[in-house]
Amino acid sequence: MSTNADSTRTDPVVEPAVAQAADPERAAGTGRRNTVVTRFWAQRQSRLGVALTALVVLVAFLGPLLLPWATGYTQTEFADRPFQGSGVFGTDDLGRDVLSRFLAGGVSLLLYSVLATALGMFLGLLFGMVSAYVGGALDSVIMRANDVLLAIPQLVFALLAITVLGPQPWVLVTVIAITHAPRIARVARSAALGVINEDYIRAAEMYAMPRARILFREILPNITGPLAVEAGLRLTYSIGSIASLSFLGLGMQPPAADWGLMINENRIALAVQPWGVMLPVLAIAILTIGTNLIADAIARASATANIGDA
Amino acid sequence: MAHPHADTTVMSATGAPMVAGSIWHARRESGGNILEIEDLRIGSTAGREIIKGVSLSLRPAEILALVGESGSGKTTVGLTALGHLRRGLALTGGTVTLCPSNSTEPAEMTSLDDASLRRLRGARVSYIPQDPALSLNPSMRVGEQIREVLDIHRFGTSAEERAERVRSVLREVGLPDDDAYQSRWPHQLSGGQQQRIGIAMAFAMYPDVLVLDEPTTGLDVSTQALVLETIREMTVKNNAAGLYITHDLAVVAEIADRVAVMLSGELVEEGAAEEVLRAPRHTYTKTLIAAVPDLAGRNRISEFEARRRAAAGEEELSTGGFGIVEEGAEAETETGAEAGSAVAGTDSAGSVAAGPAAGASGTGSDSGGATTAAAGASATAEAATGAAEGDAPAEPVVQVRGLTLAYGRKTVLDGIDLDLRAGECTMLLGESGSGKTTLSRSLAGILDTWTGSVAYRGEELAPSTRRRTVDQRREIQYIFQSPFSSLNPRRTLGESISVPLEMSSGLSAAERRERVDTALDAVRLGRAFRDRRPGDLSGGERQRAAIARALVNMPTVLICDEITSALDVSVQASIIDLLSRLREERGLTMLFVTHNIALARHVSARVAVLNQGRIVDEGPTDAVLTSPTHAYTKELLANVPTL
Repeated sequence: MSTNADSTRTDPVVEPAVAQAADPERAAGTGRRNTVVTRFWAQRQSRLGVALTALVVLVAFLGPLLLPWATGYTQTEFADRPFQGSGVFGTDDLGRDVLSRFLAGGVSLLLYSVLATALGMFLGLLFGMVSAYVGGALDSVIMRANDVLLAIPQLVFALLAITVLGPQPWVLVTVIAITHAPRIARVARSAALGVINEDYIRAAEMYAMPRARILFREILPNITGPLAVEAGLRLTYSIGSIASLSFLGLGMQPPAADWGLMINENRIALAVQPWGVMLPVLAIAILTIGTNLIADAIARASATANIGDA
Repeated sequence: MAHPHADTTVMSATGAPMVAGSIWHARRESGGNILEIEDLRIGSTAGREIIKGVSLSLRPAEILALVGESGSGKTTVGLTALGHLRRGLALTGGTVTLCPSNSTEPAEMTSLDDASLRRLRGARVSYIPQDPALSLNPSMRVGEQIREVLDIHRFGTSAEERAERVRSVLREVGLPDDDAYQSRWPHQLSGGQQQRIGIAMAFAMYPDVLVLDEPTTGLDVSTQALVLETIREMTVKNNAAGLYITHDLAVVAEIADRVAVMLSGELVEEGAAEEVLRAPRHTYTKTLIAAVPDLAGRNRISEFEARRRAAAGEEELSTGGFGIVEEGAEAETETGAEAGSAVAGTDSAGSVAAGPAAGASGTGSDSGGATTAAAGASATAEAATGAAEGDAPAEPVVQVRGLTLAYGRKTVLDGIDLDLRAGECTMLLGESGSGKTTLSRSLAGILDTWTGSVAYRGEELAPSTRRRTVDQRREIQYIFQSPFSSLNPRRTLGESISVPLEMSSGLSAAERRERVDTALDAVRLGRAFRDRRPGDLSGGERQRAAIARALVNMPTVLICDEITSALDVSVQASIIDLLSRLREERGLTMLFVTHNIALARHVSARVAVLNQGRIVDEGPTDAVLTSPTHAYTKELLANVPTL
């Protein structure tokens, strides 16, 4: 960080974004744009986070396209007997190629986590902002209902719902989204409470702007900072939850290739043929670390530039 | 470590512990300075120069006012007297020397280590901050807070002595000294009392130098008068030297012996207060003084722009070019626009469109052009003021009858009757807590819990804007107090300004854009500001944008709620100049809400004085100011500081 700042101080034209974000005051002094984005990119950990996440995302999305060209097998073809060392990373419990299963098994996890997070964000935002904006009795009702939902452990709630409704993808996504929503609603509400007393909201009221438009055009853009942090954090949790559910046998069902499922199938031979477990574990670890770093970096970048200043 | 004045302590006449034969005594005997700032240079860590060679000196029992507008660096200079630099700043040259009364050596504030600085701060040099509500610890009783200062600096020899000092300093600042008062919490005191606690803390250790950072800015005029008197008295009595940082020249006239004027980190003028205020030498000082509203109305700030240019023109002739750096861009746009309106003649709305056209020629105008513009503009102002005052009372556009508003059992507004007449500006005067913002928001329909009646051209208005008709909403516009909060930071000015249009008319996007541009030109910002965001703009520019938003719908009634109270005096003057001009051009009916009685003759034909939810005095400006009928109005008039 300091080396970056030093080098750009002597030659500010080369990489203005870094110089700015390294020190907001200095950036303001020199009159260049100093936005959340520039401040985000200036952090070393944010770049690391993006790199790690990108790595796993690329593997997950390009992997299926590489089959069977990269390994000679599709995800369900048998390569050898169980737990052998043949191929790059050996075979799994049924003698299928681990690398092929790994390359094919990331898409579902990523897709469902992103969907669950997005749905959770939408629900949480809606309830949180309405609660803050309307206030009074409705606020109490929404927030107390929220507290009830928060009291139920996330995984227990998911287990219950999936046991009743069956392990289908839409159930998985909806259940994870619903368990996220109350947490997001709390964040959205408290952020919105800081904004609704600003005069520009009063001005919008005065001009009789429709209330939905006040929510989404006046309030929402001013609470993006805390929400982006929350989104990053929830994505991390979604990945963890969906992987755990698959591991428990309540997510993806065999013979589908899935990282969570792979860990479960191959854990009995961890000492003999560790790659069947290690590959998906590493991928999930790198992915969650990456998204977490990004969430942290957003938090730091948006801390100084939200409510009240541009 | 031995206590610095353990054995040689002598008591001065006032009871201050001092070291006999200290450097402070020596300097005082010889009439020398006890604080010397020499060629002070401070830069930001990025290398930008903030303070460019400032030299100041202070003698005992003298108050030096450091005057300048936001961003001029006056607080930065003031804080160096305490040996403090804000984060992101670095000393690049110069010295700050303090001669404390507890040592025989002068202290070099810029090179001392932290421990020595801590021993000096609060004891030999103390600080009175701007906002007492923020500087007092809310979870500590006020007596304890004063005592804490004494404990830290190990005042006297016993706990009794310290307790006695707390009582005596409370008496000195004019507060009760009993235990019941000392055990109050800060929130149980009024703003004036909180500030006096702050003063008591600063004076508790008998400091030699006092740095006062706009200590009366947040206070009402009567409280301000009291606090200023306390400060004056305390500095003289304790032989302390005061460095009074302020932007308010009227306060300077009340309190200071000498004045130093700062502009963009440089000292542009220094001298005896009377001399500087009466016969300023530097253009910037002249501009500042021209911007101060006076009660008598002689200093016509509604013609501020013309006078500023006249002053700048003079300077240009004599020195060959000097630009007012403060809000440079704004001034430039204005020069263009004003020159345009002068050319277009005095007849009204034409100048709105003339702005951009004249921009090119006006920006580079020589002094000749500027004076022509000045003459034209002042002629317009004269004519309009005459018309407004001379005519028989026009019919009321807005009629308020029996407006009452209560929060629970507390009545905020109690049966307000008020008429706003066509094309006339009415000033609503009141101190904080009088209900003036509540009243203006009730009229604008932002607050809807009031009872009573508000009629616009004979039609009853619904309490809330949402229930008013589109036309009613369009005709009555409200401008918020703080330009820092009234514009959405995430949206461009163009987007914000077009909101009223989107909500009230069927104009197409292109037509809306045209109206927004016209409004931006009318407030002398120029259409180039359409795509900028509030974060890039100064306070004055933001407030102009807020005015543009109110004007974009071509209203007939404009409610201005303390719109200049967050701004510097010269910006205030140019905003008032702008409003007066707009009122003439468009025949606006205005309600100008303020706490500053000195603005009365500059903006309004009528004055209504609001006190504790009631209108206690109402009538033509001259009548109210020369023969006030209510005791409250008299008190306000008596306390207003003047140049």
